Amino acid sequence: MTQLPYLKETPSQTAGPYVHIGLAPGAAGFDIYDRELGHDIAGPNAKGERIRVEGLVIDGTGSPIKDVMLEAWQANATGHYAHPEGGGPVEDGFRGWGRVITDFATGEWAFDTVKPGPVPGRNGTVQAPHITLWIVARGINIGLTTRLYFDDEAAANAADPVLNLIEWERRRPSLIACRRDVNGKPVYRFDIRIQGEDETVFFDI
Amino acid sequence: MTPAAEYYQRDPNRHAPALTPGYKTSVARSPRYAPISLEQTVSEITGPTFGHADLGPLDHDLIKNYATTGDPIGERIILHGRVLDENARPVPGTLVEIWQANAGGRYRHKKDSYLAPIDPNFGGCGRTMTDDQGYYFFRTVKPGAYPWRNMVNNWRPAHIHVSVFGASFSQRLITQLYFEGDPLIPLCPIVQTIPDPDAIQALIARLDMNASIPLDSIAYRFDIVLRGRRSTLFENRLEG
Repeated sequence: MTQLPYLKETPSQTAGPYVHIGLAPGAAGFDIYDRELGHDIAGPNAKGERIRVEGLVIDGTGSPIKDVMLEAWQANATGHYAHPEGGGPVEDGFRGWGRVITDFATGEWAFDTVKPGPVPGRNGTVQAPHITLWIVARGINIGLTTRLYFDDEAAANAADPVLNLIEWERRRPSLIACRRDVNGKPVYRFDIRIQGEDETVFFDI
Repeated sequence: MTPAAEYYQRDPNRHAPALTPGYKTSVARSPRYAPISLEQTVSEITGPTFGHADLGPLDHDLIKNYATTGDPIGERIILHGRVLDENARPVPGTLVEIWQANAGGRYRHKKDSYLAPIDPNFGGCGRTMTDDQGYYFFRTVKPGAYPWRNMVNNWRPAHIHVSVFGASFSQRLITQLYFEGDPLIPLCPIVQTIPDPDAIQALIARLDMNASIPLDSIAYRFDIVLRGRRSTLFENRLEG
């Protein structure tokens, strides 16, 4: 049989325990680059509500994964991504992308950003505000993709085509971050459970 | 709005499954449920973009980018290749980042306690952008093999970690490259997580004598393939 001349994707391999050397050398304990990438997601000019997102990534034994790295990808408050096909302009300095490193002692991670706006879905639908998260670590053979939604967007979440695609309704709350105020600033808690009871929903995108 | 062209679905047989008990750490770090496959939206077909302003002039040169008292110890190598998609089209202007152990197999990381010494002139990370043809290159030293805790006598083959973005978050990829001829490759439990022998071959950088610099550095070639994208042929024809 003749094969069509497509190439095949390079296989993924685990990011390993020392991912920080390459992607966040400051966290590995040394300074090498003039500018590390992914520290500032929203930039100084982004409109919208300034928020913090925090959480743990928890393994199948219930323990925090302390050497995990996450990447966040999100739209700005008007629902535009910083990309040529992102739907429209973004504020100067808004990148919508960040790298998130844990505290090596506790596994806690956090990042500051603006709350994204709703973005178009397929076939004329609207997607509720969300942040895409990509999770890599030692022991994870291929990066895990999930979405973070916001618990104060109940009506939008109820109409979200991706949340509604999850057949098991009791798994949907695994994607919803819980808001509280800390010193007047909104903080959303989003614990990601890689495995076990209440395993977070992951997506093949 | 015209639906945006999607990326080809990922072939799961090309990659390791999440649960690979021979690589013990994967056991508690692997989801038990299947991932839910999404039809792509703007959230998946977009992704971060980078520019040369993000990079410093020595970021691609691991021999010089952390050196203070002299060059790092080790075999001087050029690592180069192209980033292509499954349609064999170059992926231009994309960020490629690498990290690695030094020639003795030791990482500059506060969590690495292997007895091989830190090299004071070697940081172990680099980054660059592909050119218009998807081409990239780094200069570095060949990393050493090192032992790791899995079974008591497991050794990682010499390898370099590679991170690539592509044009969309759905193309995001982190992998590891190995070096042609290394007898540790078939013994490595992390290499063995990949069930397809052809896929493993795609992770082996090839000795490239034509790209070596005589009397200076030997070269290895490593091409990277990211997911391809559907053609927008139908809309193009309507407009054309």
